[in-house]
Amino acid sequence: MAMTTPLKRARGLGSAHEGPGHFVKQRVTAAANLILFAFALGLLVALAGADLATVKASLAHPLVAVALIALIVSMTVHMRIGMQVVIEDYVHGGTKALLLLANTFFAAAIAVVSIFAVLKLSFGG
Amino acid sequence: MAGVTPERARPRPLSPHLQIYRPQINMVMSIVHRITGVGLYVGSLLLAWWLFAAATSPSYFEFVNGLFATWPGMIILVGFSWALIHHALGGLRHFLWDTGAGLDIGTVDLLSWGSIVLSVLLTAGLWLYIACERGWVQ
Repeated sequence: MAMTTPLKRARGLGSAHEGPGHFVKQRVTAAANLILFAFALGLLVALAGADLATVKASLAHPLVAVALIALIVSMTVHMRIGMQVVIEDYVHGGTKALLLLANTFFAAAIAVVSIFAVLKLSFGG
Repeated sequence: MAGVTPERARPRPLSPHLQIYRPQINMVMSIVHRITGVGLYVGSLLLAWWLFAAATSPSYFEFVNGLFATWPGMIILVGFSWALIHHALGGLRHFLWDTGAGLDIGTVDLLSWGSIVLSVLLTAGLWLYIACERGWVQ
């Protein structure tokens, strides 16, 4: 028998207080990824193998840099919560906590390194 | 919380799992969706590495570009692009299912076969375009 009040249930948080938010966040970032990756794939195909001057010239345009940074944020949030589900499915006990920590650090590291690189290239450093 | 439940005299019954079911295309595509997701997670290192190299120095950027242009590098890039396309198509499928549509068996099978066939075709098309654009094929 549920011990929660109707109000608590209506807020939709569930016992872990974050399930529906997790579900929604995964889909919001998925939608963003679809749009931003369509753009980024075209950019990467054009820039793959190009010299540094060409890459810098492309990233110098604010819209290109902004779209890339948006992609990096959306992508790393999406992959962090996606991997969190995988870890929670297969790993239990103390290892789980360690892997969840490593997961957050990995996603954050990818985000910070990539965003810094885009900013530096865009500002022409 | 399986970790804190005391041992039972008789284990709780488990629902049938992978080894019980005959593989079906929708379940295989569900598994592939997760595998490509994990693959892309690791593959995000490639994008970060490429950007990091570009932001470091011209010579290091040239070195990393050279690695991507080797045969193993190209195979990894082809695999990455296929995983990205397959995972994106899988995501589109899930968006449709989230609305409650397309959940009858015929449509589920069609969408599942569609995601594997279309992902291979789109990946082939992408690399054919790259090959033509770069002059690898005449």
